[in-house]
Amino acid sequence: MERMIEKWQDRISEVTLGAVKESGGTRASTVKIGGESGIYFLKGEDACPNLPVVAMEVWDMEPENWPDALKSNFGSALKDPAEWAKMCVEKFKAGVICLRLASIHPDTKNSSAEEAGKTLEKILKAVNVPLVIIGSGAHEKDNEVVVRCSEAARGENCLFGIAVQASYKTLTAACLSGGHCIISEAPIDINIAKQLNILICGMQFPSDKIVIHHATGALGYGLEYTYSIMERTRLAGLSGDKMLSMPMINFVGQEVWRTKEAKTGDEVAAEWGPARDRGALLETATACSYLNAGADILVMNHPKAVEETKKVIKDLCKV
Amino acid sequence: MFIIGERINGMFKDVAEAIKKKDKAVIQSLAKKQIAAGANALDVNVGPASDNPKEAMGWLVKTITDIADITLAIDTTKKDAMEAGLNLCKSKPIINSVNANEDKMDTFFALAKKYNASVIGLTMDKSGIPKDSEGRLELAMKIVASAMEHGIDISDLYIDAVILPVNVAQAHAQEVLKTIRELKILADPAPKAILGLSNVSQGSNERLKPLINRTFLVMAIASGLDAAIMDADDKGLTDAAITAELLMEKQLYCDSFLDAYRKR
Repeated sequence: MERMIEKWQDRISEVTLGAVKESGGTRASTVKIGGESGIYFLKGEDACPNLPVVAMEVWDMEPENWPDALKSNFGSALKDPAEWAKMCVEKFKAGVICLRLASIHPDTKNSSAEEAGKTLEKILKAVNVPLVIIGSGAHEKDNEVVVRCSEAARGENCLFGIAVQASYKTLTAACLSGGHCIISEAPIDINIAKQLNILICGMQFPSDKIVIHHATGALGYGLEYTYSIMERTRLAGLSGDKMLSMPMINFVGQEVWRTKEAKTGDEVAAEWGPARDRGALLETATACSYLNAGADILVMNHPKAVEETKKVIKDLCKV
Repeated sequence: MFIIGERINGMFKDVAEAIKKKDKAVIQSLAKKQIAAGANALDVNVGPASDNPKEAMGWLVKTITDIADITLAIDTTKKDAMEAGLNLCKSKPIINSVNANEDKMDTFFALAKKYNASVIGLTMDKSGIPKDSEGRLELAMKIVASAMEHGIDISDLYIDAVILPVNVAQAHAQEVLKTIRELKILADPAPKAILGLSNVSQGSNERLKPLINRTFLVMAIASGLDAAIMDADDKGLTDAAITAELLMEKQLYCDSFLDAYRKR
């Protein structure tokens, strides 16, 4: 029987994260995401030059609301971002680290841009993998901090986030000046996602340094909305829509560890299965769903979930 | 929408003059202007006045390919001039055009095979242009069948249902639209629908030409038009085309959809 292989008009842009010494950085190697000329995991099509990547999340302060099931994996390293990052790379084999600048939020520690910049510098010294750096979600403060951080990581080709329609100019300018990549985010709205990419490119930002985020939903918390919009984005990108032909990222850990299923202890909900495994299982299931929707980079928290997701990626790619 | 810029045609005085004087700058500037305005390809026609069409076509193609790597539609009915143009193209060319006469189809489809070119087939033959869509579709079918016999990929075939000026043949416009709609079920994959758009307003008042062109283009896109040979430099016209395609859901909406299209 003849094998029908879908021929697409275009390919997804290939985004390189990190920079080695020759290109002005200090990373040991770079990580490439995207570059697909077809859908992931279709056997024999050879359309995806790069596998999806799992990044591990590190905070610049000890997370207060994390349940023990998650915290216990990192021990005292949670108090020191550089140690934490090192542990993720050395012990849990993370290929990319995602630094979340949670402490700069006015409602947490309200730390200064200077403090954030120093933390970033320490992490850059402690590990040699590419970095994703995201703000606290308080736009005004994030804009203040990103300028210092972009400078601190100049030449390292990090992936900075998160640009939204209401606040993208400072971040775009900072990334342009520091030579970094950018995450553009729309709240599960493909039309706004496209518009935001046009606005960012309108500032002469190269389209092959943009990664799309469609606000991630955890399993049971709107995953299907994100899933279907990711599918539409990927199909539009492959069909020639240049403003949607970018790799996609999902913040899986962040969403899963907010859910009551992941956070509730054994004493309250024994019938849900042991709390020790529950969150990691949810994280793995959410991550694997997004892999099938076309995710190119997944930011995750639990080491076991990271390990399992990597296994799934490998298995799905076996011919 | 695949836009073929119509401006490099010896029917225009400046082009005829440039061919005569071998003035490359005029041609190259016309090419650049059309590309900047959004043309995906350029039509190249030496015009009726040329005494050596073969040589003139070669010169025109060379002049354009020297500065731009863009698809060219070699527009001539003469085999030697066609071959002179095809021979010099750097990217996959378009043969513009062949009618439904057997001898013409044999000649030009053989050339298409030889030069790996797309082909525009006109729904007309020795007896002229049919009055209705049935007649046009019959000729379109003949062209599709001949293309298949010559081993041409049907997705490389464009069918032009030949629009006549509205001021002399008003009834033809709706027959052309009907033909475009039905072309899509002629074969699988279907041939593409193309129009030599400006003909619809030929002879009309200068002031009305842009309005007629624009309106008919939008109607044709709604009927399934894939490509047009048109004035790429008319921004109102290309804006209308982009918007019509948006409303046909060929592009995802965003507030800057005009810019987004032009960034492709």
